[in-house]
Amino acid sequence: MAAKFDTPKLFENIEIIDTPKYEADTMAHSSPFVAKAKHNEPIGFPGELVDNWEEKAVFRLGELVDGSRALRTFLDSCVKCGACADKCHYFLGTKDPKNMPVARQDLLRSIYRRYYTFAGKYFPKLVGARDMDKSVMDEWYSYFHQCSQCRRCSVFCPYGIDTAEISMAARDIMDTVGKGQKYSNEILGKLHTIGNNLGLPEKALANTLEELEEEVEEDTGFAVKFPLDVKGADVLLITPSADFFAEPHIDGLIGYGKVFHQAGISWTLSSYASEAANFSMFIGSSDNLKKVAERIRDAARELGVKRIIVGECGHAWRVAYSFWNTLVGPFDFLDPRYPAPQHIVEFTHDLIQRGGLNLDKEANDHRRITFHDSCNVARASRMGNIPGGQFILPRELITASANNFFDMSPETIHENTFCCGGGGGLLTDDLLELRIKGAMPRMQALKQVVDEHQVNTMVAICAICKAQFNKALPAYQFPMSMITSLHHVVGDAIQLGTKD
Amino acid sequence: MALDVGGKSVETDEEGYLENRDEWTQEIAEAIAVSENLEMSDSHWEVVNFLREYYEEYQIAPAVRVLTKAIGKKLGKDKGNSKYLYELYPYGPAKQACKIAGLPKPTGCV
Repeated sequence: MAAKFDTPKLFENIEIIDTPKYEADTMAHSSPFVAKAKHNEPIGFPGELVDNWEEKAVFRLGELVDGSRALRTFLDSCVKCGACADKCHYFLGTKDPKNMPVARQDLLRSIYRRYYTFAGKYFPKLVGARDMDKSVMDEWYSYFHQCSQCRRCSVFCPYGIDTAEISMAARDIMDTVGKGQKYSNEILGKLHTIGNNLGLPEKALANTLEELEEEVEEDTGFAVKFPLDVKGADVLLITPSADFFAEPHIDGLIGYGKVFHQAGISWTLSSYASEAANFSMFIGSSDNLKKVAERIRDAARELGVKRIIVGECGHAWRVAYSFWNTLVGPFDFLDPRYPAPQHIVEFTHDLIQRGGLNLDKEANDHRRITFHDSCNVARASRMGNIPGGQFILPRELITASANNFFDMSPETIHENTFCCGGGGGLLTDDLLELRIKGAMPRMQALKQVVDEHQVNTMVAICAICKAQFNKALPAYQFPMSMITSLHHVVGDAIQLGTKD
Repeated sequence: MALDVGGKSVETDEEGYLENRDEWTQEIAEAIAVSENLEMSDSHWEVVNFLREYYEEYQIAPAVRVLTKAIGKKLGKDKGNSKYLYELYPYGPAKQACKIAGLPKPTGCV
């Protein structure tokens, strides 16, 4: 259990999130469990901190800036204008000035300057350059695990500096010298060997789906199927394994099943590729990123499907939408008439447009709903074929399925959305204090719609967000049951049996 | 880390999950429960015993709906829901009950 800490207070009446006066080092103690050899080695990293790690870390940084013009530009171009300073939810929630994005970047920039710029090599003190040593590494380990790589700060940076890229580079360097984070690395190992983050073996997955079929039939009277490893199905659904395991994720899975059922489209899950998540992105590991993505492509080939649809998972959609094709493409074996990959929200939205679903909005009349945009969907991908589709489509699914919808304040939604507080590989109990404090801006915006519109349901399309809100909502005196899956709301509105 | 149970030291990870599942005894479960500020009632044991049986067969703890369904069948429909499980295990039935049952912590976005 985490040590005791105070949950930030929410204000009574505010239109915007106030910028706090900073308090130095309030989160200097925050640091996740370090990965052991059994977590690091299976994913290709040294078991523990290597000899001469200072030198090797600097060398790796050199490789990264040589390999990524973007990273070098991000490190070179900051003018300290301060536009990002009050944009990070972790700064707003913890008041620690090292959680200002510019200060976080400088943790790595100071090392880059020392070893890779003329001024830093000869006049380090003048340009804020410092030697790589243990105190730097400790600071990196703490504060690069206080960045959820949500990229909100980059929206406001006039130079477009992406702190997430810097944070990924820092984690890559730390993994390269044997200082990995237990949570992410253990999960990646399970994904490589068992096929999902949970470590849910095929037999358990099959049993879980059978039990779910029984439950849904008991509840609805209809035989909604959750097929596994069906060769020749039209659609392969790749969804986060939390959808099989946890609440409210599983209500989303039930919703997908109802959509496929009413649309009469054959679909399947894969026991080999039973995970949408790809935590390799969080630790900046391109080798692991590719290896995880390959499982999905190989499963799609093996099952002979025509389409791949991705379930409600934020960063998975970024990986799928932005990286799959270059990582493991081309996906020319799929049916070219459909987007590859396609998001479940796009799929359901398209069905609704074509009259493929019978929805009874009144079924959701007990809900007063708001929508939490997930970072990686909002700022790193798109949906549909219209600009801003990633904001419009999910909201249209809600308004097609329910009568009461209320958006949160504009500076907290769409591309300005605040992270749930648990993204980017930080959804672990050893970072609970950070997670609860980092949730403050989103909770503040939620409070406003609760007060003004009696909102009682917050919908998300990301497994991390859903699990994080399970913890954050009660900490801020909201009921845990407020958070649910978008396809839970859609599924509840579907009138089963009216299109058979 | 280690947990002291009846004069015997039992290895756990940083969060108090048993390193070696085979070492589990009822006494150890009681000791973990104490460290979680829980008192084990028959209802708590129902859950822990089901988790252990399920793990034996499937090598993982049951999904929350599999668990609620099984508890509902055994103890009545009013108890077959996660609200009831959270009353027993306030930190979350999956993680807290797994720890007491000597099973590994569920990982991922849960």
